[in-house]
Amino acid sequence: MSNLHADTVAFVRDTMLPQKEPPASTVGLLGWGKKNLFTGPFNTIVTILCTAFIAYVLWMLIPWFFSPTWNATSLGECREMLTAAGKVGEHGTSGACWGVIRERWIQLLFGFYPAELYWRPILAFVLLAPALAPVLFSDKVPGKLLIFSAIYPFLFPWLLWGGTIWSPICAALGFVILYAVVKYGSEAIGQLGAIIAAVVAALVWWLFLSGYVQDGLAAVIPLAIEPVASRDFGGMMLSITIGVVAIACSLPLGIVLALGRQSDLLIVKSLCVGFIEFIRGVPLITLLFVASTLLNIFLPPGTNFDIILRVIIMATLFSAAYMAEVIRGGLAALPKGQYEGADSLGLDYWQAQRLIIMPQALKISIPGIVSTFIGLFKDTTLVSVIGLLDPLGLSNSIRADQAWNGIVWELYMFIAALFFLFCFGMSRYSMYLERKLQTGHR
Amino acid sequence: MATVTDPPKAEFRLSMLIYDTRYRSMTIQVVALIGFLLLVGFLISNTVQNLATSGKTVGFGFLTEPAGYDINQVLIEYNNQNSHLRAAFVGLLNTLLVAVLGCITATVIGVIIGVLRLSPNWLIARLTTVYVEMFRNVPVLLWIVFAMAILIETLPAPRAFRGDDPEATMKIFDTVAITNRGVYVPEPLFSRSLGDIHLFGTSSMNFDISLDLLLIIAVVVASIFGVRAIKRNADATQEKTGKRPTTWYLTLGTLVVPLLVVLVALGFHLGYPALQGFNFQGGTYLRNSLIALWLALSLYTAAFIAENVRAGILAISAGQTEAAGALGLRPNRIMRLVVLPQALRVIIPPLISQYLNLTKNSSLAIAVGYMDITGTLMGITLNQTGKELETLLLGMLIYLIISLSISALMNWYNNRVKLVER
Amino acid sequence: MKKSVFLGALTVAGLAATAGAAATLDDVKARGKLNCGVATGVPGFAAPNASGEWEGFDVAVCRGVAAAVLGDPTAVEFVPTTGKTRFTALASGEIDMLARNTTWTFSRDVDLKFTFVGVNYYDGQGFMVPKELGVSSAKELDGATVCIQTGTTTELNLADFFRVNNISYEPVPIETNAEAQQQYLAGACDVYTTDASGLAATRSTFENAADHVILPEIISKEPLGPLVRHGDDEWGDIVRWSLNAMIAAEEYGVTSANVGEMSAAAGDNPEVNRLLGTEGNLGEMLGLDAGWAKMVIESVGNYGEVFESNIGSATPIGLSRGLNAQWTEGGLLYAPPFR
Repeated sequence: MSNLHADTVAFVRDTMLPQKEPPASTVGLLGWGKKNLFTGPFNTIVTILCTAFIAYVLWMLIPWFFSPTWNATSLGECREMLTAAGKVGEHGTSGACWGVIRERWIQLLFGFYPAELYWRPILAFVLLAPALAPVLFSDKVPGKLLIFSAIYPFLFPWLLWGGTIWSPICAALGFVILYAVVKYGSEAIGQLGAIIAAVVAALVWWLFLSGYVQDGLAAVIPLAIEPVASRDFGGMMLSITIGVVAIACSLPLGIVLALGRQSDLLIVKSLCVGFIEFIRGVPLITLLFVASTLLNIFLPPGTNFDIILRVIIMATLFSAAYMAEVIRGGLAALPKGQYEGADSLGLDYWQAQRLIIMPQALKISIPGIVSTFIGLFKDTTLVSVIGLLDPLGLSNSIRADQAWNGIVWELYMFIAALFFLFCFGMSRYSMYLERKLQTGHR
Repeated sequence: MATVTDPPKAEFRLSMLIYDTRYRSMTIQVVALIGFLLLVGFLISNTVQNLATSGKTVGFGFLTEPAGYDINQVLIEYNNQNSHLRAAFVGLLNTLLVAVLGCITATVIGVIIGVLRLSPNWLIARLTTVYVEMFRNVPVLLWIVFAMAILIETLPAPRAFRGDDPEATMKIFDTVAITNRGVYVPEPLFSRSLGDIHLFGTSSMNFDISLDLLLIIAVVVASIFGVRAIKRNADATQEKTGKRPTTWYLTLGTLVVPLLVVLVALGFHLGYPALQGFNFQGGTYLRNSLIALWLALSLYTAAFIAENVRAGILAISAGQTEAAGALGLRPNRIMRLVVLPQALRVIIPPLISQYLNLTKNSSLAIAVGYMDITGTLMGITLNQTGKELETLLLGMLIYLIISLSISALMNWYNNRVKLVER
Repeated sequence: MKKSVFLGALTVAGLAATAGAAATLDDVKARGKLNCGVATGVPGFAAPNASGEWEGFDVAVCRGVAAAVLGDPTAVEFVPTTGKTRFTALASGEIDMLARNTTWTFSRDVDLKFTFVGVNYYDGQGFMVPKELGVSSAKELDGATVCIQTGTTTELNLADFFRVNNISYEPVPIETNAEAQQQYLAGACDVYTTDASGLAATRSTFENAADHVILPEIISKEPLGPLVRHGDDEWGDIVRWSLNAMIAAEEYGVTSANVGEMSAAAGDNPEVNRLLGTEGNLGEMLGLDAGWAKMVIESVGNYGEVFESNIGSATPIGLSRGLNAQWTEGGLLYAPPFR
């Protein structure tokens, strides 16, 4: 260092200064608030208004919500309890009457299902998770679980409706026959012939033979659980049952419709388009009216489904049309190279669909399928309009009870909370799935 | 798909229908058609047989019989001696009314909420998220009955307005009465009215159109054309001289003066609602059933539209926003001039299906007693005549026509927007 | 593959094939259950309680028929029906009989092809208004807002009444009684109109029942009764005479308490003996046991008992017998002779 330099520079720093704390206004709660809530005069005003709004809503709701009426057995008793607690407004007592929820929440969940058999629907819905797991998380669970997924569609109705174990087994046997004839018949009579023969054989089995076999087996080995009529289904359980069964049945139907809509066979295409557009063009409620009043007229004289099955049929047709559109979206999202690649391998149409196209297209469509399911699940409340006792329908029946006549908010809020719980959970899950599948795809 | 490059010259064999790709598609189609026709035939024969056993006849004759019931909200003249057909028509107009109103408000709310969800203000973003999740995850039927219950339970009954010291008073200088039956607002009246045009004479579908209304609409449309001409002139002047002439007073004058002249000429005055007997009389009356349905449908659909809008905005690359910012545009102008016009192309296709959903969901009017087509034709008419087959088929056909027209209209618009893009 | 859920459900739930007309009795016996259509919820007439059991005046008719046919008043499947679905449910064979506050009218009987087997409640459409309105007659209701339950004859009666009296009104159609009550109490309508029994039942649940009056005008005849399909007269007879047995039992003083004793041996009154099967073969003629009527009375009680326990003056609904008293007491109940 030169002297000159030392003369002109009074101070030379030879060490770094320690880092200073950031200004108090940019860190911690304050900093966060300044950055996110009070960035300018306009934002500040908005923040204050919002806070006031939230505070007002809470101030109105909380006193009503916390109300000492859990043990009440009638609305009158609720009113007495509220008066005793001093919760009297200008228009009579003010406060929720939670007694109705305590008394009826089981009914709102299970309808009239026999109380000692509640384990069956619970088990059925819990088993849904392991049955879906191999489909949704193929990388995390052992592939052997797929066998359970195949059994589940037969187990589910048996658990819910009960009856002899032979009927689901006989129904499943039809598919075994279908598979066996296709597998072993292919060599003998060619693939297409085998498929036709298999379908015929399975239909013959289901329509004519299985009934006798089932009765015979049930007489020899009476393995049965107590049957429950679908009329006893109600409440949330009914909504879930309709939703799950309709979605499961609509998936294959939707795939067929989507393929039909994409196909270049004019008649097949127009039939599929006509069906999809018709179903999507009319409100579900009119289809439910058809289920409740017309379906019996369309069926052969003497057949008589009970109303819940009729509703499930209509809900299946309804969601199949939406499902077809979702799957069509999945098919359209596949790069053209996949189709061309399949063709270049020399696969025929069905092989290409089965091995290349569908596995990918379905994977892409899973979020769409979940949102179709959420939509259908919410729409099951419409069955209350045709007299089925879903949660909303039950709320009317409960209000027809002398003790609870005049209750409004508590029931609606409880039902809304139930639906919110289910739908919100599923939509979050589908978002997670979407993210997961996205990273897997790119 | 495999293609046959060198077709064999052999004569036609039956098995070629299945194994030859030239014929196979034909075979499949014919089989599908036959299957479809068989199914239809099966259903029809069952129906005929079932109707014969129950002794019912099929026919639309009942549509011309007097309906016998009253409808509260009628957009065209109707009384209980009119035919079922006219009652259905009244219901159809009510369906269209709530669908149109709902679509408009749902779009407005949905766009606002969708934009606000991306707000930098944490509280606003959270609040709108709560709104969206709350409405999307609870069935719309529940929202409709909820909205109705809130209107009924929290608003004052008309009788609360009575007396010297009433519990409730009319709002906005005593012109608007908000009650739990509905909202009464002043109605426009014309003391020198031009009368009505009667359309379709004496048929059951006849209706009147007010000439006053037509005149006012014509004047307003003409004014708007005038304003656009003024704007064009101003633009031309600006191009030429670089200075934009002040036109706001011209614009205002063109908009207001002709309208005022027409209103004065027609003798326009307001009819105020006043409490008389059981209800408010005079003024226009928006029933709570309409308001509840309208509110619930628009709030519910708006939550979905908000998500579409948000997705549309997020689909516009950040570069666009940054470039606009570099040009010195303010945030709300960036949104209005740069982001939204581009996002619109992404938003419109899902928007179409939301409009369709809203229209179809309006059939839930039955839950609040709003007399739409489901409440009249597929409701009371069905109950009173017992003609399930005819009323339901007719009702479904009507909904189908509405839905298909909406999608046709929106697809046309969508295509137009697309063309501009390229 | 998942399609099988549906097939499985079909087979499990049973694809019950009933042969439409005729032989409903055989079907019911084979099934071991009576399918009975009721309302989704009308206080006092039909509503499920907390344990899911149906209770009410209409429900008792179903139980009576089940007791007569199957000997078990609990062997009933209650099918809740709405105003819209009830007739199709009956016509399609989904239910064997309908006991749902249904008015016996010409067109329902003739045009819709149903057989009304009798009347279990004589009703009429009335009006309820808050006392503070100071209305004493329905003719003073000019310009009023009226809540009506839809899907019934009510709206037609109402339209007729106001048209004949040349006064205006504003109808508010509502699907269920619970919602109508909510609107009425909040003052969203001035008047609530439905069957007078329904009005009384609804009023009984109010916080201040005394603040509401039921106007004296009854503007219609509403004979409510159970109905069955046309074309199966044997089944119609069973339902008809089960109802008549309940009515006749009250007339002759047979109650659920003393029916066991009275049917043990033939007594002095030959009519009672024939009713209870200790004399004659009325049961056999119906295709039932001799003790069919005894089963009805034993399990659900006679008409008076059913009335009192569900809607009578001791219950919150508190209806008086009025037209529904026995003919011997100035009412309209008049069971044809058991002979």
